[in-house]
Order: sequence, then C-alpha cells, then structure tokens
Amino acid sequence: MTRLAVAKTYKLFIGGAFPRSESGRTYPVASPGGDFLANAAKASRKDARDAVVAARGAVPGWSGATAYNRGQILYRVAEMLEGRRAQFVEEVRAARGVSAQQAGDTVDASIDRWVWYAGWADKYAQVVGGSNPVAGPYFNLSVPEPTGVVAIVAPQESPLLGLVNVVAPAIVSGNAVVVIASERHPLPAMSLAEVIATSDMPKGVVNVLTGSAAEIAPWLASHADVDGIDLTGAGALDWVDLEIAAVDTLTRVMRPSPLEDAVAPSLERIVSWTEVKTVWHTRSLR
Amino acid sequence: MTFLDYAPAPESTAILDLKSEYGLFIDGEFVDGDGGSFATISPATEKHITTVQSASAADVDRAVAAARRAFEGPWSRLSGSDRGKYLFRIARLVQERARELAVAESLDNGKPIRESRDVDVPLVAAWFFYYAGWADKLEHAGVGSAPRPLGVAGQVIPWNFPLLMLAWKIAPALAAGNAVVLKPAETTPLTALLFAEILQQADFPPGVVNIVTGAGDTGSALVTHPGVDKVAFTGSTAVGRAIAKQVAGSSKRLTLELGGKAANIVFDDAPVDQAVEGIVNGIFFNQGHVCCAGSRLLVQESVHDEVIEKLKRRMATLRVGDPLDKNTDIGAINSAAQLERIRALSAIGEQEGAERWSPACDLPENGFWFAPTIFTGVDTSHRIARDEIFGPVLSVLTFRTPAEAISKANNTPYGLSAGIWSDKGSKILAVANELRAGVVWANTFNRFDPASPFGGYKESGYGREGGRHGLAAYLASTAGAAVVQTEQATKPKKGRTT
Repeated sequence: MTRLAVAKTYKLFIGGAFPRSESGRTYPVASPGGDFLANAAKASRKDARDAVVAARGAVPGWSGATAYNRGQILYRVAEMLEGRRAQFVEEVRAARGVSAQQAGDTVDASIDRWVWYAGWADKYAQVVGGSNPVAGPYFNLSVPEPTGVVAIVAPQESPLLGLVNVVAPAIVSGNAVVVIASERHPLPAMSLAEVIATSDMPKGVVNVLTGSAAEIAPWLASHADVDGIDLTGAGALDWVDLEIAAVDTLTRVMRPSPLEDAVAPSLERIVSWTEVKTVWHTRSLR
Repeated sequence: MTFLDYAPAPESTAILDLKSEYGLFIDGEFVDGDGGSFATISPATEKHITTVQSASAADVDRAVAAARRAFEGPWSRLSGSDRGKYLFRIARLVQERARELAVAESLDNGKPIRESRDVDVPLVAAWFFYYAGWADKLEHAGVGSAPRPLGVAGQVIPWNFPLLMLAWKIAPALAAGNAVVLKPAETTPLTALLFAEILQQADFPPGVVNIVTGAGDTGSALVTHPGVDKVAFTGSTAVGRAIAKQVAGSSKRLTLELGGKAANIVFDDAPVDQAVEGIVNGIFFNQGHVCCAGSRLLVQESVHDEVIEKLKRRMATLRVGDPLDKNTDIGAINSAAQLERIRALSAIGEQEGAERWSPACDLPENGFWFAPTIFTGVDTSHRIARDEIFGPVLSVLTFRTPAEAISKANNTPYGLSAGIWSDKGSKILAVANELRAGVVWANTFNRFDPASPFGGYKESGYGREGGRHGLAAYLASTAGAAVVQTEQATKPKKGRTT
C-alpha cells in the first residue's frame, strides 16, 4: 500500500515568521505540464509594508554584526541547503519541468553561490575601499557600508538559483531585503525561506513575498523606507514606471537584466547595494 | 585565603585522546621516519605527553615529493571553489574540536587555557574561514588578473602560538593553490599532529599538507630542499638570517616573520586605566612569548609615576600557575632553554643599573616559571631595551615630547609592531605615520584578525601574513612568473651554499 503524502501549505516569510497573506488571497501554482502543485499566498500591499518594517528592523543588528559573523551565517545557509538537496532538486524539477540532472546542477550551483558570497563578507571592503593619499596632513579612508533596505524583484524563470543570485549579494554586506519571488514558480523560494529560517540568520534580514510582482512592486518602489530596488526580474513589467516611482526618495535602482537567468556571481552586485563612506582625520603632533 | 585567591578551576584533560606516539604526516598518512624520536613534555609539569618523530633529511625528501605529486596532480586540477570548500571544512572541524585543541595547546605549550580557548583556537578557525573564501577570488588579490600558485611551500613555525602559526602559514598557501610541508616547533608539535587528524577527517587529498616534526636539522633540510619553491619562516631573527643565507641565489621565494622589540607609547593625555590594561596585555599575554609584544614601555615623564604605580597594582593581581586552570593569567615558560635566556637577560638588566620589580608570587616547584617583571629606569643603551627577551619582562623608558617618543620608538633594529595610547586622534595618527613598524595599535594592543595584514619592517622580517596582502606571499602574477623564467634562463640555477 502506498503512503499518502502530507502536502505543505506555502505561506509568506516576514520577520522570521511564516504568515499567510493578510488579504487571505492565494493563487494556484502549476507545473509546466499544467498539474496543480500547490496554492501560493498572494501578498498584498500591507504584506509588502509589513515586510519593509521587518527588514528595517533587522538592519541595525545585521549591518552591525561582524563581517566574519555574516560570512559564517551565509555559509550556514549553504550547509543547510546541501542537507536538503534532494528536496530542492524535486521542487526545481516540478516547477520547471527539467530533468533531475539539470535540477541537480541548479541546486548545486545555488549552494556554491551562497559559499561564494559568504567568502566576500570580510573581503569586499578591502577590495573596493582603502586609504586615499590626499595632499595634506590627513588620514583619509573610504569604506563601503550597506545601503539599508533593498526590495528585489527576483528572476522569473530561475526560481532558486535566480533568487540566490539576487538575495545573497544584497545581504552579505549587511542589507536587509524584501524579495518578490518568481510569480509562476514561487515554491522553491518559500522552501529556501525555510532554509534561511534555520541558518542563524536574524529574523527580518530576508523577507520573501509571493504573488503578483506587478501589483506589489510599485508599492515597494515608492516606499520611503526602501533604499534600493533591484528590478533584475522585472523585465516583463512596466519597469520604467517603477524606476520613476523610486525617484522621490532617490531610491537606488538596478534595472532589469536581459539575461535574468544568467546573473553571474559578481562583486559589482555586492557593491551596488553599498554606500562609500570616507572619513577624514587630521594628523598632527600638537 | 584572601579575596584574590581563587579555588582551582582546572579544565579537564579528559577531552584529549592522545596516542602514545605519533608518526610523521606524509602523503595523507602517519608514517614512521628514520630520524629517531623524541618526547614532548608539558612545560608546566615537565611530564611526558607523547612521543614524536624527528624527521631526517630523507623523510623531508619524501614529504616534499608527496607535496610535489599533490601539487602537480589532483590539487592543481581542483577549482578554486573546491579548494575553498576543503578549507571551509577545516574551519568547521577546528570549531567543532575547539575545546580539545585548546586543552592540547595549553598542555604542550604552557599558555593559559583562557588564551588558547578564547584567542588561539578561535583565530585558527577564523583564519581558515577567511582564506577559504579567497580560494575562488584570487583575481581580486591584487597580484594581477590570473595569479598562479608557486608550487611547494616549506614552512617552519615557532612554539609561541603553535596551531595559530600553522593556520597563518597553511591557510593562505592552500587558498592560493600551493601544497605545503610544514615543520612545527620542536617543543610544541602536538596540535600540528591533531591538525593532521583533522585533515584526514576533512578527506583532504593526500600530500597537499605534510607535517614533519623535528628540530633545527629538520627545518634546515626543509628550507634547503631543492624541491621547495617557497620558504616561509616565523621565529627568531638569528634563524631567519640563516635561512635567508641558505636560500640566497636560488629561485625560492622567502617571507620571514621575525623578532621584535615593540614600543608601547603612553602619552600624558592617555586614558591611564585603559593604558595599564593594554600594557599588561601587551607584555604579559602568552607569557610575553609574542614577537610583537609591547616589551618597551615608553611613558611620558609627567605621568610616569602614576602609570607605574597603577601598573604595579594591576600586576599584583595577575595569577601565575597551572595553564589549564581557567583563572590563570600567566602560564609556564615554554622551555628550560627559554627560561634560562629570560633569567640571563634579566640579570644583565640589574647589572646595568635598571630597577627590577615583580609582585610577590608563588611559583610552582616543577616546570618552568618566571614571575611577571618590570624594569624601571631603563636607558636606551641597556641590553634589556635592545634585545628581544621573549618573556614576561617589561622595560620602562621615559620621554618628554612626541618627537622624542618617536625617535626612541624607532631606535631599534626591529620594526614589527608598536602601541600608542592617547585620547587625541590627530596625535595618534601623526605618531603612527612616523613609526617604522608593520603594525601599530592605538589604544589597544595585541589584536589579530585574519582580515588584517601582519608583519615587520627592518630586521623583523619581510612579507605580510593575513588579509589580502597575505596572499601575495603565495601567488605569482602571470607577468611575474615570466620574469622569473627569464632570470632562470640567464642565471646559474644552483643555489649558493653559505
């Protein structure tokens, strides 16, 4: 006799908890073959605002943690993901209709991507910052610091690796993120949230919303407490409007990538979500 | 029992599961050498811990050959990402076995468990974690867009931070893609051998790391071995010079981290209580067996009496004794030979006219012990102001102006580190600018971090360990490699023997 499986309820990930959408809405998620997979929560404007509040609350602690600590936590995500490799292979396979081999490669690349970014935590500042030889008796040092709260529209066609590609470089420096998962393939994102929730990552550093990016993204783009918005996965939306909506509070904007599924690991992505602070100090024997 | 007396709080050695003897770690396995064996003892009790082998020249040759095979074989074919994963494994295994390693270190070295547990071993894990992350980012190391490893590194390390010095040497070497043969110090081989077990647990490819125990002859066989491409040494300036002569004329690259006689400068606007803590940490940390120890206190005349009075009061509270006791501040001197050197230089200090003071303290009967000691009224010409004592002995000098402090601080052939104590930032930065030392601590002392480069000016050696700069010692830029090849083509290849 075959055993009847217990199906998982997919919810949102906000402030370290897994609430349903306050709107009570869900939408059905199907495989490429049209089979029903699960109902995903359809996040509302209020859910997005709650997520921004959670992210803002996480910024002081996370950006104030040592780089070594942040690096170890990102590495811990990789450890946790490795342990649940089989589950993710199955989810990616179901979501995208790819072979087990292809799904396995995607999961492995996602694990390795966390490790790659973990290693940058205590290195990027030395590579992109440094002392400046100003013409005077001054000590002058430039250091990159995290921008703050970054909203992200995740890549649409790469529900796991694409998500890692945009989240890891934003949080490694100390930012907190509100990420809208792939609309059609949101399930691996919510499972990744479970991994993050068990990786010693402080609550609120990563918040994951599922639902309609077209509906939620404008609220995030114009939100005064969002410091940056990554539109990598927003190529199919009216992203110019989103960029314009971000202007009021001069929110930093990363435009959609035409190759959203091929987002390469890059130091530039880390640096995009930082601000360079330069400190001058006099040098004088008196 | 007074309020300063603490009940004994010894850390248990039950966590250790030591073998009665250890072989050499060559090609992934513990093997017998043919150079005989020797005992490693606890300097706190003089009791036997275990027996280790003395690697002969033939054993070293086997180790270098194993490293070469690994370097040209599986290790260099691995991606940087996979090399990094091996190093992350080491970092995690060190974290998992941290308490065991700390107990072994305190037992073998004599340092207080408080330090091995809270400083040495956590830094070891941090070092591997940090360099693990570099393994797949070498194009950002600052040595060109396609840097390459050098080959086989021969590494010789000292007894003052046995496992930490191993980490400083091995982590960047492996991150850069080299294979290594490492010789731990004669008196402190234990944690290096436990580290070899960790390499086995991490399923490291055989031959990538080889550990050969032994004394000076083993080290000499290693650094002069023609199959070694890079020599890295931490230890005394005298031995460093001898090594530099041995590799002169060869194509080997060399980095040296040698002695020091650091000035710890206390200005009259310093936060005095903090400064006193920093002075104590600067010279009595690890029994003063620290190459960057703040062994010369330069204190501004106007605050001299206040600083010395507070320093003496603080020193009277230092607990000297059992390294495994969690309340111990100062452990055992590492060896009889080192104790003899500290005693001899201290006697010279008295003969030359400086005033010697130590707090009353009961030293254990067995083992090697030296009470924390300060000399006041020291002159710049005194031996105790010039020679590295490498023990818990502080020489106090005075100055009147910042210019005089700078001049006295730089009045040494060494240049490893320095300390500055002042509440005035602009003064700190101006003085730091003038000091000829590789590391300058302001309102702190003896801080170490894998992200921060460490190393000396002048006769404290050359090259840096730690940080991005520490990678340069183990990498050749593509252009640099071409230059070396040209030199080899036009120059006689044979190294000069001196």
